[in-house]
Formats: sequence, C-alpha cells, structure tokens
Amino acid sequence: MIPVTWYMMLSAAIFCIGIFGFIARRNVIIMFISIELMLNAVNINLVAMSHYLQDMRGQILVFFIIAVAAAEAAIGLAIIISLFRNRATVHVDEIKEMEG
Amino acid sequence: MLPKLFFFYFAAMITGLSVLVVTRKNPVHSVLWMLLLFFNIAGLYLFLNAEMIAIIQVIVYAGAILVLFLFVVLLLDLKKEIAGEQYTDIWSIAVSLVAGLFLLVIITFQAFEIADSEPVMLSDLGQPDAIGRMLYTEYLFPFEITSVILLVAIIGAIVLAKRKLKE
Repeated sequence: MIPVTWYMMLSAAIFCIGIFGFIARRNVIIMFISIELMLNAVNINLVAMSHYLQDMRGQILVFFIIAVAAAEAAIGLAIIISLFRNRATVHVDEIKEMEG
Repeated sequence: MLPKLFFFYFAAMITGLSVLVVTRKNPVHSVLWMLLLFFNIAGLYLFLNAEMIAIIQVIVYAGAILVLFLFVVLLLDLKKEIAGEQYTDIWSIAVSLVAGLFLLVIITFQAFEIADSEPVMLSDLGQPDAIGRMLYTEYLFPFEITSVILLVAIIGAIVLAKRKLKE
C-alpha cells in the first residue's frame, strides 16, 4: 500500500527538476525538453489521483494534455528551426532582438 | 512490500533520469535519456492500473514527440554550442528557487488528510473501452476541440519552418 502523497512528492520532484532545466540551461532545445518534463510530472499526479479517487476524469485530462503537448512540441520545434536558420545559435542569452 | 519495491524502483529511475535529461551537455544524449524516462513513466502508469494512458505514453510521447525532438536535434549543427558554457549565469538562483519550491510543496503535503486504505478497484477503470466511451459521450466537445488544436499546430509548424521563397 503506497500513500498517494508519495506519488505527489515524485511528481513535485520532477516538476522542480523541469523548472531548474528551464531556468538554468542556455540551450533552447533542453529548455523545451524541460517543459515536456513538467507536463509529465503533472500527468503522473493526475493518474495517481485518478487511481486513488477511482475517477476516470483524471485519465481523460491526461489524454488531452498529451494531445496539447504534441501540438506544442511541433510548433516549438518549428520555431527553433527558423530561429537557428536566422541566427545560427540555440543559446537563449545570445538572442536579444526583443530587448527594449 | 513488493508494491513498495516497485514504486521505489520507478521513483528512483524517474528522478535520476530527469536529472540526467536536464544536465547532459549534448542534446542527443538528453533526448535518448528521455526515451528511457518515458518508458519508466509508462511503467508507473501500468502500476497505477492506467493501461490506456501507458499505451498512449509509449506511442505518442516515446514514438512521436521524442522522434520529432531527435530529428530536430540531429538536423541542427550544434558542435559550437556543445563546446561552450551550458548554464546561464543565474543557475545558482535557479537551484535555490527550485529547492525552496520543493520544500514548500513537501511541507504543504503534511497538511493533507489521506485515507490509508487501497481503493476498491472498479473493474473497467483505465481500460481503453471505458475511456473511449467517456471520451465520445461526456467529453465529446473537448475531444473535437483537440482535433482543431492539432490542425492549427500542423498549419503553424509548416508556416514557421517553411523557407522564405525568393521573389
């Protein structure tokens, strides 16, 4: 018997690792992977809650999150490709066009 | 005892692989570690009796999204980027921020009142047919909206990645 809190702690740990990757890495691809990591952390939380509350709505929500994550990955990678084509870099601190 | 053993295996693998994913120098290595991570998460879903979500995790995440990532990483020539500094100059702030957030969440969980007993399993929870029935009845409208989102994503990706035509 595993307390549901353990699943929530695991989910929180992965979410925090994702936030760290998003803030601390310079490579825009790794930043994108960190976003996927955070989405997965949320999914683990939802599936665990769905199991413990015996309610299928959590899994339906995970289904929609995965669909949106797929759309987001496609758009984000297209942005990265056009960015690399125009600037020849994937380091976010070298991209300064939008500074005021 | 055995369920705890399984949980600790999955928790250790998932946490360790997440750290590997965000700290590798080479994005190709990151993506390949992430493949292993997604299989472990699918295992955790199976452990939670969510068969349908485990299958979708493997097919959509490991099969489609990750291949897209790998494709883009291999398409870009990143030799110069890999040789340079990997972290922004605010990485120490990021570490303290994340550690503080994690502590806050752990402290918040202490306030939760959670039943100790294993829930009574509904026979069809997480089965593909039960999820499909719910998706096509109660959640039909969100399901249709999802198809519109995917269509917009397809068009957006083509428009963004298309090379400008010379006049």
